[in-house]
Amino acid sequence: MSVAPETTGSAPLLARDPSSAARRRSVQRFLDALAFVVVLVALWQLVYWKSEVAITGPLETVETAAALLGSENFWRNALATGRAFGASLILSCVGGVAIGLALGAHRFSGAVAAPMLTALYTIPKVTLYPMVLLIFGLGISAKVAFGVMHGIIPVIIFTMDAVRNINPVLIKTARILKLSPAQTAARILIPAVTPEIVTGVRVGFSLTLLGVIIGEMFASQQGLGFLIINGMNVHDVRTLTAVVLLLVLFAVACSSVLLALDRRLNGARRATDTPAQAQ
Amino acid sequence: MSQITLVRVAVIAGFVLLIEALCRFGAINSLTLLPPSEMAAHLLALLGSGEINAAIVSTFSNVAIAFVLSVTAGFAAGAVIHALPRLRRLCDPLLASYYSVPVFVFYPLLVSLLGLNRWPLVAIGFIFGVTAMVIATLNGLDRVPRVLLKLARVHRMSRSAEALRIVLPAAAPYLFTGGKLALAYAFIGVIAGEFILSGGGLGYAIAYAYEAFDNRTMYALMLFVLIVVTAVNAAFYVWEQRLLRRRGRA
Repeated sequence: MSVAPETTGSAPLLARDPSSAARRRSVQRFLDALAFVVVLVALWQLVYWKSEVAITGPLETVETAAALLGSENFWRNALATGRAFGASLILSCVGGVAIGLALGAHRFSGAVAAPMLTALYTIPKVTLYPMVLLIFGLGISAKVAFGVMHGIIPVIIFTMDAVRNINPVLIKTARILKLSPAQTAARILIPAVTPEIVTGVRVGFSLTLLGVIIGEMFASQQGLGFLIINGMNVHDVRTLTAVVLLLVLFAVACSSVLLALDRRLNGARRATDTPAQAQ
Repeated sequence: MSQITLVRVAVIAGFVLLIEALCRFGAINSLTLLPPSEMAAHLLALLGSGEINAAIVSTFSNVAIAFVLSVTAGFAAGAVIHALPRLRRLCDPLLASYYSVPVFVFYPLLVSLLGLNRWPLVAIGFIFGVTAMVIATLNGLDRVPRVLLKLARVHRMSRSAEALRIVLPAAAPYLFTGGKLALAYAFIGVIAGEFILSGGGLGYAIAYAYEAFDNRTMYALMLFVLIVVTAVNAAFYVWEQRLLRRRGRA
């Protein structure tokens, strides 16, 4: 059901103006994407045939998802997740950029903090969730805290690295022009590191969403994570699979947008850059 | 360098002491957080009693299997995807959004596919870790300097010689990063899987202690996981720095 309309849609595209190379390339991309989706759906169907108790098939899931999208209950939970996620994302981005700028500008503290940040990034934060719950209590603040715990560190790391690798001429210029620290940050540092910040936000976006969903799975009575864990507990495979599908589609859609933005900002630079040091 | 290490140790020690003081003087409720010294003492008691040995063995062996599988499969998949730009364009958005999907939700599916044993957990660790390795491999192969590839052509190297002598060494730092991340994600995947769903291992022990209001055991186990992961991390970091220094890059 999800495939059929796309197949018919590709025929007129093919017929139109075959002489233009650019168009042909975009048609090829479209067909590639189509084939990719078909392969993924086929794999899904295969998995479904192997274990019908734990997952629903593609067709059934799309139907359930459509029904979910029409139900008030789903939107109430989606809104709960959305609110927690929005707050976490804002905190992760603003806090991460601020901390990253400070650590990047102050070389010594940056050097002290770098491996500690990497260590924080790699610990299984889910084990700390009981502690977060004890500190913040049940409810939205624990979810937000958990989302921020996941999301803020990549933003800090990317921002900090970008500031540390900034072209020294720019810093000297700021000093010659006697800009205040705030002016330096606003006029020089942030514009210069925006591409890396976008990369950091892209990574932070995914992890923040993961953090919020895990938070909801573990201790919440609301939200998409709750729908998922509830589906697991009462063996409501239909809802479970449909919610996961919607979540994946949402994440892929947002990530694609951020990835396109990232490419646009970073593309020109990467082509001319000397290979950067692995972090 | 040594001064930096010193400050780093001081920062961590200061933080631990601060928490210790806050707990001892009652600023933090003992239901919320325990003094670190008490966590450590209880951890030593737990380790001494051998109660958690089975959990430790099961968690770490799962992580190790998942890690090895992630690195080998991730490297292979990354190399293939890199060689096929058309496939790559399709994979990129998926790879970019990959980590926002809570893969633990597939645990029931994995149990029904693989059986009720250690393999579903290994699979979660693998699913989590492999993508980091794929991304790092792509990154590393992307950033092999073109000059070096031209050099290989000038010397008329065979493809295998080019791969072994030029591409792999040039991409090595990125592959190393990928390995580090794969290990971290294998840890996260396995422990989180145990935590939420499974009936054994350290993650399960933490969740069980939490639900039984056994804060002492819970915090002792958390501390244990943190110490182990940080130690493994630090070992990798030191090794990486040494490798980089030998190449005269750091």
